[in-house]
Amino acid sequence: MSDVSDVTHDRSVPLPMPRVGPVGEHAPKPIRVVLNWGRRYSLWVFNFGLACCAIEFIAASMGRHDFIRLGVIPFAPGPRQADLMVVSGTVTDKMAPAIRRLYDQMPEPKYVISFGACSNSGGPYWDSYSVTKGVDQLIPVDVYVPGCPPRPEALLHGIIRLQEQIAGERLSGRAIAERLGGAGRLGPADGEGAAAPRYTAHRTGSAAEVTRARVEPPR
Amino acid sequence: MPEPTPDAAQTTTVAVGAGGLATADMVLNIGPQHPATHGVLRLRLTLDGERIVRAEPIIGYMHRGAEKLFEVRDYRQIIVLANRHDWLSAFGNELGVVLAVEEMLGMEVPERAVWLRTMLAELNRVLSHLMFLGSYPLELGAITPVFYAFREREELQAVMEEASGGRMHYMFNRVGGLKEDVPAGWLGRVDDAVQAVRRRLPDLESMLVGNEILTARTRGVGVLDVATVQQYGVSGPIARASGLDVDLRRDAPYLAYAELFGEDGPGRVVTRTAGDCLARLEVLLEQVHVSLDLVEHCLSVLGSMASGPVNQRLPKVLKVPEGETYVATENPLGFNGYYLVSRGDKTPWRLKLRSASFNNVQVLTELLPGTLVSDMVAILGSTFFVVGDVDK
Repeated sequence: MSDVSDVTHDRSVPLPMPRVGPVGEHAPKPIRVVLNWGRRYSLWVFNFGLACCAIEFIAASMGRHDFIRLGVIPFAPGPRQADLMVVSGTVTDKMAPAIRRLYDQMPEPKYVISFGACSNSGGPYWDSYSVTKGVDQLIPVDVYVPGCPPRPEALLHGIIRLQEQIAGERLSGRAIAERLGGAGRLGPADGEGAAAPRYTAHRTGSAAEVTRARVEPPR
Repeated sequence: MPEPTPDAAQTTTVAVGAGGLATADMVLNIGPQHPATHGVLRLRLTLDGERIVRAEPIIGYMHRGAEKLFEVRDYRQIIVLANRHDWLSAFGNELGVVLAVEEMLGMEVPERAVWLRTMLAELNRVLSHLMFLGSYPLELGAITPVFYAFREREELQAVMEEASGGRMHYMFNRVGGLKEDVPAGWLGRVDDAVQAVRRRLPDLESMLVGNEILTARTRGVGVLDVATVQQYGVSGPIARASGLDVDLRRDAPYLAYAELFGEDGPGRVVTRTAGDCLARLEVLLEQVHVSLDLVEHCLSVLGSMASGPVNQRLPKVLKVPEGETYVATENPLGFNGYYLVSRGDKTPWRLKLRSASFNNVQVLTELLPGTLVSDMVAILGSTFFVVGDVDK
């Protein structure tokens, strides 16, 4: 009836090559410092809250820990308005396509923090049949925060590490392409040689690739 | 929609066209990643205009296969996974496992451990309820209460952490008692925290009780009758808000609840009869007070108790004799049961989990049809579920 609306039926869509504007790419160093400074302290965050860790993420956004003072703004209406995705909680194989799809919707430059043991590596569910062993199989991760669940202070530390990384960054189309890996890859229907050779550094699956066929209930 | 008067019908048919108001069903997906589902529950709604015709919760986005993993963990390791399905009441979850194993072993738990467990379980109940008391108004559009709720949560999490070392997943229960005795002077710290929470709770309450907007959004919305509650096996605060007077702490007492809910004990079962969203919220609010009463009673008992052991010496390899048992406890969200089947090994042959939220979420198929999309979030939030508890 509603197979059209089903997220599990997802075909890979050839995405355009992600790029930054020529001003950002060839800016002299002082301008770059200013650009990076501006970007590191206005990280609009998209919380991919999945499990226990999401509660600690919320705790980190509340009065006592308050990551807004670090410039992390948890009011992004959706992935299209976000700079930073925090994956907090257990990623399951059923959830994987949605994560990849929402990551692809985020505009460049984008960053990912993997928050907690489950999204780092599967955590206590390392031998489960239904858990993805780490979100880095789906999307490139910038900072891993260990813990089960990590304390809110650990998230603050992770954010600071990410900001340090942003501060030293030189943003270019090549850098993004290297980080993104398989995201901009063209599908097999687009013919041989259509895939950009630069998209191979960190090879991650597309939403269609990490989708499994729907399991029919036994009759 | 009110029936149009004959006159109005005649005038509108011209405007709308020959077919009248032809409507087609629309399928709307809520989730799996949607802020109102606080987690990854997905709802497939069939809409006729703004009215929900059919609602189907699609679960499994958080299925982690815990029941299968129980079978390859020994009885000490099971607690790690057991306290993670309902991540807001980790202590209550691990309690059920150790109670089941203790029952199979015929093990006697030291009295001090029993009272400490009772107190920690009640503190955990307050923590869980505070989370929903903060997040539910947030879903209705009130941002402020969640900050107040989390201030109290941090206060109580601090004392839980001082005893167990964990903020959420305490891992403090062991088969035969607790991991270790609580630190010196800790009971006084709990007393201070409880008094502080009691003192500041009116701040939170005054934003919820009698709030005109909140009342307008919740009164008479999503009414759940007792018959449906019983059909679907709904339990906990949601069932009690519909007038079903059942609470395992009183009806099948475990730990020290027989005394707490007995004659002139501080415990009482909170019920409402309206069964709407407001009643469910009120039950939660009042249960916080009851739980704080219970914690204070436990504190007075523990304060006058001589120090003693809090656990049993266990063999290196813990094997549970052959047999089966079912232990159910009253978690913050409802009945939390473990059906343990042992074949005499050091791992269970089967450990079936009966979680509260699983049943509570299924009732959405009855609750949502007939309501408006704008009431959907109010009803969904008021069923107080944890997705890990649904999907296990």
